[in-house]
Amino acid sequence: MSNLDIKLKVDASGLACPLPILRATQGIKTIAAGELMEIVATDPGSVKDMDAWSKATGHTMVEQSAGDGKFRFVLRHK
Amino acid sequence: MDETISLVVFSGTDDKLQSMAVLTAGAAALGRPVKIFLQYWGLDAFRADRIMKDHGLAPEAGAAGRAAVDAANAAGGAHWADTLRMAKELGEVDIQACSLSMDILKLKAEDLDSLVDGVQGVAAFYVNAGEGQIIFI
Repeated sequence: MSNLDIKLKVDASGLACPLPILRATQGIKTIAAGELMEIVATDPGSVKDMDAWSKATGHTMVEQSAGDGKFRFVLRHK
Repeated sequence: MDETISLVVFSGTDDKLQSMAVLTAGAAALGRPVKIFLQYWGLDAFRADRIMKDHGLAPEAGAAGRAAVDAANAAGGAHWADTLRMAKELGEVDIQACSLSMDILKLKAEDLDSLVDGVQGVAAFYVNAGEGQIIFI
């Protein structure tokens, strides 16, 4: 595991599309430029969704991992 | 990726309204303005006294479809109206009632849920849609 300085952790476990990206949008508004947000989801569709969200909004995907049925994404506020 | 998306919502069954909510939420999360135009049964579903009630499913759902949707709801899926409220908080979502449909259904603005921002005609809809894509549900 990494030791990134995560400013905000969002648990989107059990939530299906479109809720994970809504939670991401909500969360990113509460942190400042350069800060990191971590989102954990269980919806397999979230992998491509978070990638697309990151590309469209410009908040860089810093780290991504999967395991135990959970998908973890770390994004940096642009 | 910041072009407006407009949705003409004609259908009033929960599955199609869920589709509207997902398309709206996705656009809002990506920073695209969304303009919704409610016609006929889509408009009817937004009555304040009915919005959270059962609007049924499209005929092609059948019994198997009903069971699948019920299972998804039991597993904690969000109601389409709540997804829309979230999308409105996070992005630019404007919901307008078609004035012709208001007439046909004999509705007044106060009969509608607060999600609806106003009443407009087709010309205003097209002007607001601009060069963006228009989706019919």
